[in-house]
Amino acid sequence: MEVVKEIGHNVVVPTEKKSRAREFWKKWKKQKTAFWAGFFILFLFVIALFGPWIAPYDPYEPNYDVTLQTPSIEHWAGTDEYGRDILSRIIVGTGISLGVSFSSVLVGAVVGTILGLISGYYGGWMDRLIMRWSDVMFAFPDLLLAIAIVAILGPGLTNVVVAVAVFSIPSFARLIRGNTLAAKEAVFVEAARSMGAKSSRIMFRHIFPETVSSMIVFFSMRIGTSILAASSLSFLGLGAAPESPDWGAMLSMGRDYLATSPHVVIIPGIAIFLTVLAFNLVGDGLRDILDPKTKN
Amino acid sequence: MSENIMEVKHLQTQFTRDNQKTVVLDHVSFHIKKGEVLGLVGESGCGKSVTSLSIMRLFKDTTGEITNGEIVYNGTNLLSISESDMRRIRGKEISMIFQEPMTSLNPVMKIGEQLMEAIRLHLGYSDQKAREQAVSMLTKVGIPRPSEIMGEYPHQLSGGMRQRIMIAMAMSCNPNLLIADEPTTALDVTIQAQILDVMKQLQAEEHMSMLLITHDLGVVAEMCNRVVVMYAGRVVEEASVYDLFDEPKHPYTKGLIGSVPKIGQKRARLDSVPGNVPTPNNMPKGCKFAPRCKDVMPVCWEKEPVITTVGKERFCRCWLYQGEGRDVHV
Amino acid sequence: MFMSKSLVVVDGIKKTFPIDSGLLSSKKSVKAVNHVSFEIKEGETFSLVGESGCGKSTTGRLVTRLLMPDEGKIWINGEEISKMKETKLREVRKQVQMVFQDPYASLNPRMKIRDVVAEPLLIHTKLSAQERDRIVAEMLEVVGLSSYHAEKFAHEFSGGQRQRIGIARALILKPKLIVADEPVSALDVSIQSQILNLLKDLQEEFHLTYLFISHDLSVVEHISDKIGVMYLGSLVESGPKETIFANPRHPYTKALLSSVPIPDPRAKRERIILQGDVPSPVNPPLGCLFHTRCPFAMDICKTTPPALREAADRDHFVACHL
Repeated sequence: MEVVKEIGHNVVVPTEKKSRAREFWKKWKKQKTAFWAGFFILFLFVIALFGPWIAPYDPYEPNYDVTLQTPSIEHWAGTDEYGRDILSRIIVGTGISLGVSFSSVLVGAVVGTILGLISGYYGGWMDRLIMRWSDVMFAFPDLLLAIAIVAILGPGLTNVVVAVAVFSIPSFARLIRGNTLAAKEAVFVEAARSMGAKSSRIMFRHIFPETVSSMIVFFSMRIGTSILAASSLSFLGLGAAPESPDWGAMLSMGRDYLATSPHVVIIPGIAIFLTVLAFNLVGDGLRDILDPKTKN
Repeated sequence: MSENIMEVKHLQTQFTRDNQKTVVLDHVSFHIKKGEVLGLVGESGCGKSVTSLSIMRLFKDTTGEITNGEIVYNGTNLLSISESDMRRIRGKEISMIFQEPMTSLNPVMKIGEQLMEAIRLHLGYSDQKAREQAVSMLTKVGIPRPSEIMGEYPHQLSGGMRQRIMIAMAMSCNPNLLIADEPTTALDVTIQAQILDVMKQLQAEEHMSMLLITHDLGVVAEMCNRVVVMYAGRVVEEASVYDLFDEPKHPYTKGLIGSVPKIGQKRARLDSVPGNVPTPNNMPKGCKFAPRCKDVMPVCWEKEPVITTVGKERFCRCWLYQGEGRDVHV
Repeated sequence: MFMSKSLVVVDGIKKTFPIDSGLLSSKKSVKAVNHVSFEIKEGETFSLVGESGCGKSTTGRLVTRLLMPDEGKIWINGEEISKMKETKLREVRKQVQMVFQDPYASLNPRMKIRDVVAEPLLIHTKLSAQERDRIVAEMLEVVGLSSYHAEKFAHEFSGGQRQRIGIARALILKPKLIVADEPVSALDVSIQSQILNLLKDLQEEFHLTYLFISHDLSVVEHISDKIGVMYLGSLVESGPKETIFANPRHPYTKALLSSVPIPDPRAKRERIILQGDVPSPVNPPLGCLFHTRCPFAMDICKTTPPALREAADRDHFVACHL
């Protein structure tokens, strides 16, 4: 074609191709705190997966010879009032805590994202409906809402997942709606419309990817919150069964021995604290990298 | 010496980002004569705005740094004086107008306050006298109802009005040199005509020197006495405005002039400069224009040409003219 | 050009945007486009020219039905689309594609160029992935890029190259009409001329019709066959390029033409410098919209808006009492 000949176009070699993953990794390594927090979370996941095989003792088997022992060589984190090894219980409990919080936030994120996309993209009465419903949900204190839901559905881990998910939905919906409103104005979205693309294509192919990075950030922060909420519910006896090695349940069981054997409470407390902190730090780090608003 | 208000010699400026140093200006030399309008032309990324920031020493952060050269203003090298001396020169002796007036005006201060602040600061006038000076400046730049406008905020005015305010502000202390960085690029063409008209008139009245930075060859032809053409951080050609348009020397200048559609001139096709401007990290080794040049020779890929005299007060950085004249500067 | 049929007919379209102006003030609106009519013949380039806020871009978006007109009718290739439903409109959109001003914003930064350019095919055809890739590669060559560019992302390209990608995307369905909204105004002059030449070549090769929207009169003169001059949402003058440039009738067109800086220091001419700014479209003046700045304003101009009437020359329409 004649058009081509005339334009000596290949003179500029575009900048070397950097894979996005590599670029992300480069930036991630610079986020020192978040980097180590992420490492810790990875470590928690390994424990969560292999917990039952790593745990030195059976977390459920009582041993009345060694009740309420302080940390020692045999029991690194001591034992509880039934003589169960606290370290083993913490290890096995990691799986419960992470499982509950992940699945609840995941459910919240999926539902919230869909609602947020619909709300932001279509606007009008759907937007008003979804946003007013969110306002109502925001008006309840998170925990109270969760308690109410569990009270209706009955105690148990599945219902804790549902409860925590329900109070995560409106926050995700809000966040994604805001991002959708901004992305909707992008020229490339208008370009897609001018091509005749259907709404579903515009929403999922063009707008949704624009919201992903802030969703990931929020997701990781939200995990911390939901671990706390799930533990609180268990602590109140509304979540995991009292004998299960759930961190919240352990706190609840141990509180009678707070004065005499504080380690029974302190150790699960530390586990919760470190995990929540790690997720929040990772969230902060991710935000610094991914959030377009903090980009310079 | 005395006929030049400013001489920029071998200016080299670099930016540091992520520990990577990028030289954005190299061997930039030119002079501005007293009372003339010098045009600095080039496309985006050619370094024309960095040149003006270098002259004003106005790098917002520490990433920009002048690494070589001199900027001699009325006999003093601006690069060797203290920041506080520089501050006295800025705004009083050398003023600047930017492309986007909204960003250079304080949105929460009234127009009058902003104008008077500069006048009080640099000329040491009393409130009363500063106000008079401000109103007379606003009248000069053609603002209707000047005393009312004094009490308004920037967002209440149109783009053209704001640019007039900026000009009034820049001219309020009777500067010796006005640097205008794309002063009309953000404006509509009928408003641009108004602003250029005001600038031309004031420049002639005050016999002020002006450095006009623009990408628009039409504006250059209309406003300037002499022109400096920049490409990829270098000066590639310097000539009087007539010489430049009558007989451009550098292949880039030729391409640039040929690629602008001109009203009343019927051409089926425009000339075009093929390819794209090289990015600072991707500079060709020899002449920076070699990859896009239609007269490219083997030597162009090897060595960068120096600037040479190619006529009366004409300079060009191109191997086509090396040996024709005397090397002026490296 | 004679007797070729009209691809686009726009008849008296209007578009008003409501503006929110705080809680207490009454609802206001902007008449962005007010009773605009024109025709574009097949294979022709019709340019809308005017200053910012004159409604030229809105008109372009009405013709592509990215916006729905409040009043008036638009025919594309004989079909009336002004009130057409989205589902039916999709068929029309195969024939009408857009090129946008900002080559940085109009390409999805998260998609590979292959997917960007192939998107219209994905929407409108059932071609296999290989077939799509083949057509994309072909199209990239046509606009002066190479097929290996398909694997890259938009940010790896310069502005001019991105605009070529945008053009490739617009061409891939072999449309009849391209609406180009300021396609070169974000580009440097040396790149701008590349794109203008490309648009001209493509028009010849694919027998395209252009609705070209621009504020730059020299660009418009170079590329157009016919020109419509807009001011404050209205068409004030329209006609063949030669007539408009050689014999402008409307004072606004005259002033606009005389305001363009000519890249020739020896050019001598009389410049008409308009006083004041364009009035706010929220509160447009009564009568002729231009009378507040018009050097020839008469009494009638302050009260009665002039209609677009045919002037002495053929096909030349002017809305002025003079």
